[in-house]
Amino acid sequence: MISFQQVEKRIGDASIIKGLNLEIHAGELFVLIGPSGCGKTTTMKMINRLIEPTAGRIEINGEDIFKTDPVELRRSIGYVIQQIALFPHMTIGENVALVPKLKKMERSQYEKKVDELLDMVGLDPKVFKNRYPAELSGGQQQRVGVIRAMAADPPIILMDEPFSALDPISREQLQDEFVRLQKTINKTIVFVTHDMDEAIKIADRICLMNDGTVVQLDTPDVLLQNPANEFVVNFIGAKRLRKVKELHPATSKKAALPKWSIS
Amino acid sequence: MDALIGILGVFVTYWRQLLAFTGEHLFMSASAILIAIVVGVPLAVWMTRNQRIAFVIQTTINAIQTIPTISLLLIIMIFLGLGYGTAIVALALYSLLPIVQNTYAGLENVDKNLTEAGTGMGMTKLQLLTKVKIPLALPIILTGIRVASVVSIGAATMATFVGAGGLGEMIMRGIVTTDDQKVLAGAIPAALLVILVDLILGKIEKRANFRMQAARAQK
Repeated sequence: MISFQQVEKRIGDASIIKGLNLEIHAGELFVLIGPSGCGKTTTMKMINRLIEPTAGRIEINGEDIFKTDPVELRRSIGYVIQQIALFPHMTIGENVALVPKLKKMERSQYEKKVDELLDMVGLDPKVFKNRYPAELSGGQQQRVGVIRAMAADPPIILMDEPFSALDPISREQLQDEFVRLQKTINKTIVFVTHDMDEAIKIADRICLMNDGTVVQLDTPDVLLQNPANEFVVNFIGAKRLRKVKELHPATSKKAALPKWSIS
Repeated sequence: MDALIGILGVFVTYWRQLLAFTGEHLFMSASAILIAIVVGVPLAVWMTRNQRIAFVIQTTINAIQTIPTISLLLIIMIFLGLGYGTAIVALALYSLLPIVQNTYAGLENVDKNLTEAGTGMGMTKLQLLTKVKIPLALPIILTGIRVASVVSIGAATMATFVGAGGLGEMIMRGIVTTDDQKVLAGAIPAALLVILVDLILGKIEKRANFRMQAARAQK
């Protein structure tokens, strides 16, 4: 669906992305993860041309994205950012309907869609549609941020650490809802995060990056059971790997303690 | 007490003329502010796109502001002659500073995340400007317009020197004939005009600010 071919990005002398080759499949939830400065956000922003690569080729469905109009391209790709970024001077309804309006869709066409989407994330349209973002909690605002990206029904959605600005409880909630949502909407989602727990919870495949290159690209299970090298082990963390071993007793010698025992 | 009665007497005698002067006064100030908005807002938008241009424009406008009103009027008179035109151009030049400065500051201070979200969602540069940046900067732009109005109405009393009339005309007549009552009969309405316009624009500004403040309070 989305393919990166020998993509490079240099800013001055610094090499941000080094010869990146990636293949993101249709309908999968693809997580880009890595330490700060590893190039994960740069990689994502190259998909909707917010950042232009220095060299290489990026294709969506076999089409070179640098031959398309960036504005049209962006309207066909949903975009959610970390800082929520709902427009404070527009109502919730206006925020969600923004891309359909930019695409000059008929009001009757998107009005129903907006209601459906609000319902889908548990915000009653009758109550919330005419409110302003400031009247909503952080968790509610980010729910709106997520459905705003879906309003024009784009096949691809990019999400840049969408839940990291939220408190732990709303974050958990939104992650759960999001996994459920992904199963029903079946879009290709490119999701950037630095939180391994989040990645494991939601990803179909995880792409671990460091220093502008891909270190390991696998499903969460494979990543946890067969980390490719020292860096992956360190990034996942010893604690999480131990937990995985406990869940797979074949590799663990320790017997499970009975429930009533004193530990 | 006598002075007050005297002024009232002037008001009664000259009310037709005073009304006409007030009309001229408002006409000149309002046209000047309109021109300053039409010129100033695009200038400020241009400034946000190019740092070097921003510096040049800022310096020029600041320099204009330091020229005394009378000299500016006379300099423009060389080119435009006597009359409304000269007065309006001079007032517009004075109004430019607060309008350009506030519009520029307002546009520059729009949350970068919002502009990125807008761009990422597929807004063109123009859509980003008209649908996001200007609405969000509006309270600050309105403050600029309000300051410009006060400056412009105040300075319009000088328009009489280039034969453009206005309430300055009454003040001049008073000065020439050493008639304090006439001076005051011109000065008091001029001052009231400034206060009144300031109050009205302040109300409008507050209304525009209301929603923005609610939005900021949450952050």
